[in-house]
Amino acid sequence: MAVWLTSRVRRHNELLLAAPAIGWLALFFVVPLFLVFVISFLTRGTGGTPTLPFTLEHYDRVFTTFSSVFARSVFIAGKTTLICLLVGYPMAFFISTRKHAFTRGFVLFLVILPFWTNFLVRTYALRVLLGLEGPINGMLMGTGLIDDPIPFLNTEFAVILGLVYGFLPYMVLPIYASVERLDRRLVEAARDLGANDWHTFWRIVLPLTMPGVIAGSVLVFIPAIGAFVTPDLLGGVEGLMIGNLIQRQYSGNGNLPLGAALSTVLLGSVMLTLMIYTWFVTRKGGKNGQ
Amino acid sequence: MANKALTGPFVRSPHTSEISLPINRHDRGRFLRGAAQVGYKAIAYGGMIFLWLPIVLLVVFSFNDSRAVNQWQGFTGQWYGNIFNNIIGTEARFSTELMLHAVGNSLFVSVVAGIIATIIGTMVALSLARGHYPGRRLLDGLLYIPLVIPDITQGVSLAMFFMIAFGFINNLLGLGANYGFGTIIVGHVAFNISYVAVVVRARLAHMNPRLEEAAYDLGANGWQTFWRITFPQILPGIIAGWLLAFTLSLDDYVVTFFNNGVGTTTLSIFVYGMLKTSVTPEINALSTLMLVASTVLVVISLGMQSQFSKR
Repeated sequence: MAVWLTSRVRRHNELLLAAPAIGWLALFFVVPLFLVFVISFLTRGTGGTPTLPFTLEHYDRVFTTFSSVFARSVFIAGKTTLICLLVGYPMAFFISTRKHAFTRGFVLFLVILPFWTNFLVRTYALRVLLGLEGPINGMLMGTGLIDDPIPFLNTEFAVILGLVYGFLPYMVLPIYASVERLDRRLVEAARDLGANDWHTFWRIVLPLTMPGVIAGSVLVFIPAIGAFVTPDLLGGVEGLMIGNLIQRQYSGNGNLPLGAALSTVLLGSVMLTLMIYTWFVTRKGGKNGQ
Repeated sequence: MANKALTGPFVRSPHTSEISLPINRHDRGRFLRGAAQVGYKAIAYGGMIFLWLPIVLLVVFSFNDSRAVNQWQGFTGQWYGNIFNNIIGTEARFSTELMLHAVGNSLFVSVVAGIIATIIGTMVALSLARGHYPGRRLLDGLLYIPLVIPDITQGVSLAMFFMIAFGFINNLLGLGANYGFGTIIVGHVAFNISYVAVVVRARLAHMNPRLEEAAYDLGANGWQTFWRITFPQILPGIIAGWLLAFTLSLDDYVVTFFNNGVGTTTLSIFVYGMLKTSVTPEINALSTLMLVASTVLVVISLGMQSQFSKR
């Protein structure tokens, strides 16, 4: 009886402990997302504000007029993820194969430290670096490789470079964690059984670090597809992404319901990505568990 | 040696490769392996240089004796001097003043949002680690939302929510509620709670639950058990959680952009505005100072964590 009582009291306490988080996230996250969903079906009123009646015209525009921007956003985010993976995996592998714990910690610290500089300031530095009079063009012209400066800025290339720069650590850290967790004895066993480095990597190391690869890819893809600062500062017209379109609906002569519809479709694509991710992870987990 | 060479499907012997043609698959394999070894290290070093190149550029140009931000004109400490003079109050340049004001706003928002998020996030982490109530999985899902939603979606939806909520409240109660520090902090806390909860939960998972049970058995109540047993054990996690929340908040541009008001310009908003008009070298000096400050902070916190784990 007494045990039942105390456990009952503690259970209530524990639910109370969660109450502020539930309240805050419900009111300032879930309710706003639901509101956006509702607003996306409303008509554009004066000054871009939403009014009745309900309509599907914004979704119609999203899938016709803006489908090219959407496709570009998906491609840019996809390329960003792929490049982050191709650069991030060797980096993570390099860090985790350092012999001393101190070296590993230090190199990891070097990967994370640029994060403590304001994101906009880093993007600005990248803009200076890539500029027509920037150091890269200066060096290329100094060595005589090119005669005229290359216009790197305001291209899709600049946007992808900026996104890779911003999100590379999101790829490195999960892969690093999964390489660290890797049982070294499996690698030794593969070696003893005569596999060379190449086979050991493709058959043992890569499959076992796949959870890190997938987690890193999701962590890069999601913020990349919704990016708007990077394309705004580095992309110009050529690098226009879905985030820029959404932001425009908020300025002077905007269209809030259209912005809401764009956000809803963006959220939908992110959810789809996550569902594929979850499916992949649980399928893999089931396989390994057998 | 012979034994080892015969164990696998690929017979690896140094003799065969020396006398055979370069086309030999073993040689090719060795060449590829060597290339892969060199290649992956080159990519790793390249990636590191790529991450640091803009930062180095920023630091170097913070000492550049020119208002132009892309051509080296000689060494100066002028930009640092401007900042220090402004802080001391001996010289008040308007642009520097505005920049430092934005830094102050950013620090205020990040510290407050970090503290609120750390309290709420630690509470929910404790609740999930110790509670056995129904709906825990649903709460888990709720906590995942902010981690996976693009910040622009969060910023936009919160701005629309406040627009409607303020319209409603102001009409009903005749108030003049508007966007400002309150709305920015609410938004930052909303995305920070989940990050704090993740960090604190990781720490709780490493804690021995027997210690709490022992405290209860010895007659301590829930409050005493928390402050005497649980809290000291998870303190490094709480500090790390706050530091993460503070950093994310300080770095945020998107959520702040959609929810800021008059006179609440944070550093991110200030830098964005500057990038659209004209950039002053003071921002390089400021960024360098902030980088040094955060490096010192991180080193101290790492030192503290290793001290904790030694005890």
